[in-house]
Amino acid sequence: MSAASSNQIHVVRVPWWRRTNTEASLAFLLFVAPMVLGLMVFTFIPIGWGVLISFSEARNTVSIGEWVGLENYRAMLGNPEFRRSLRTILIFAVFIVPLTFFFSLLLAMLVNSAGFGKTFFRSVFFIPTAISYVIASIVWKMGIFNGGAFGFANMVWYWLDENAPVVAWIGETDPPYYWLVLVSVRLWLQVGFYMIIFIAGLQEIDQTLYEAAQVDGARLGWRTFWTITFPLLRNTSIAVLMLNFIAAFQAFDEFVNILGGVASAGNISLARPPLVYLYQVAIGQQDYGRGSAGALILTAIIIAVTLVQGRLFGFGRKS
Amino acid sequence: MSRSSNPPESKWGKLEYPRRTNSPALGYLVVIGRYTLLIALAILFMLPFYIIVRNSLMTQPEITAFNAWQWLPESPQFINYKNVFEDTSISMATGLRVSATIAIVNLVLQTLFASMAGYALARIPFRGRDVVFFLILLTLMIPGAVTFVPTYVVVSELGGINTLWGIVVPGLFNAFATFLFRQFYLDFPTEIEEAGRLDGNSYFGVYWKLLLPNSLGIMAALGILSFIYSWNAFLWPVIVGQSPDTRTVQVVLSSYLTAQTIDLTRLFAGAAIGAAPLIVVFLLLQRYIVQGVRMSGIKG
Repeated sequence: MSAASSNQIHVVRVPWWRRTNTEASLAFLLFVAPMVLGLMVFTFIPIGWGVLISFSEARNTVSIGEWVGLENYRAMLGNPEFRRSLRTILIFAVFIVPLTFFFSLLLAMLVNSAGFGKTFFRSVFFIPTAISYVIASIVWKMGIFNGGAFGFANMVWYWLDENAPVVAWIGETDPPYYWLVLVSVRLWLQVGFYMIIFIAGLQEIDQTLYEAAQVDGARLGWRTFWTITFPLLRNTSIAVLMLNFIAAFQAFDEFVNILGGVASAGNISLARPPLVYLYQVAIGQQDYGRGSAGALILTAIIIAVTLVQGRLFGFGRKS
Repeated sequence: MSRSSNPPESKWGKLEYPRRTNSPALGYLVVIGRYTLLIALAILFMLPFYIIVRNSLMTQPEITAFNAWQWLPESPQFINYKNVFEDTSISMATGLRVSATIAIVNLVLQTLFASMAGYALARIPFRGRDVVFFLILLTLMIPGAVTFVPTYVVVSELGGINTLWGIVVPGLFNAFATFLFRQFYLDFPTEIEEAGRLDGNSYFGVYWKLLLPNSLGIMAALGILSFIYSWNAFLWPVIVGQSPDTRTVQVVLSSYLTAQTIDLTRLFAGAAIGAAPLIVVFLLLQRYIVQGVRMSGIKG
């Protein structure tokens, strides 16, 4: 303890939570163990295995070893059905992403500016989020867009014009009304979710900005929307676009339940999204090599588009 | 526009009113227009719920009457709801039991695992902590549903096909919830923990006695969301749980929808039964769900 006599000593008080010791290390490992082991077994190992199996000939087996190089990737990318499924999902995204964006922002603005009945309207638009794609598909396929002369959409047609032909909706290719069915069901289910995110964004905007704009002579309306509201919703908008795009690219439930593809073929050939095609290859035909290759191609596409989108809009940049 | 009174005089002279159309008439028109739009959209959004209830209480001939829409059933057929449970081709009771089990396990364990990891990453010193955090964040890059093929391969190797654990366990590890919990615990005042430590509590004691009771709000928000997601999930349960005793309510309803012959009254009564628990949850706990959704907004 000779150092104690020196007046050069600096006692650095390390707060207790920064001090590393055995107890802390042990506690840390125990606390993160379920999460880390779980992600290891059900995320990292599957992806690793998926990558290896995508380079293997693996039909009716999940074992790795019969290396075929890039053959599975070539087969998938050269497969017209897989390419068509990528086109299908792109068309779907082109419709659903802007429509969801527009309607969820519109609902958020309407609800946010409503004085009386604000909570009521918010609940009304939000509650479809509680409904599953399966149940919504039942309503859309058998209730609203039923091809019989008793489905609600056909009834609306009939009320407008007694001689209107009965439309088949999901089987109709000219015009392709099935898109209307598929897009509207997802719109109904998810618009309330994004509305909530937009409302949160709107409430973060400093209200004095609007007052300042009014003092400067601006009217509340289009001008202030484009000069104040929309620019300040930038980060919220990007989050909404990305979440929505990623979800749309992984569409499966409504396509399968409205068009078919799992239990029976149905009309799925009209619009088969990639996940349904992968399901049919991997689970149906038990070709895990090609199925994994396709899954990784799709993952790469989603990550690439997300990154490009992020770069394009400069996500994270402080505005 | 036109104002009835003149602008007041002040020490800066005459004040100019901003150029804004603020006539009461126009104001009322805007409000009326806004509420008309809101009510019209609200009716449109409620339409699917109405159709579920209407069809579930009608007879089959009433539903399928050609060009003769009836808004309400002649006499409500509550027997349809009983028929759903008695129809052996639907197996509704099993579906509800499986879904309830899965959703509750998910609610409890997903929230617990995420909060434990979040606490450790925020507060327990460990040399490799940043590496662990980075690895967890890395999984956020991977779009969830796409990986169902490789996950299926691993779960089938582990013998999880057509088992309850095969459906529920792979979904228990939520990296994003971990991230949110870490943020939450980082903002938690250290004094409270310090006091807890000085009282001789272990890390586990501090977590269990001090942090857990103080994070019930975020736990409720994230827990209810995971309950909703797992109740409504379809892709994974339909792949892994196709045997009669592991079908969730969504799988049951979906397979009835694609059955050879469907009784529409039972289909819609089944849909109503499948949706009812979540509608109740929504109406009672909407505050937490809204909070949870807002937190999901920062993902991306």
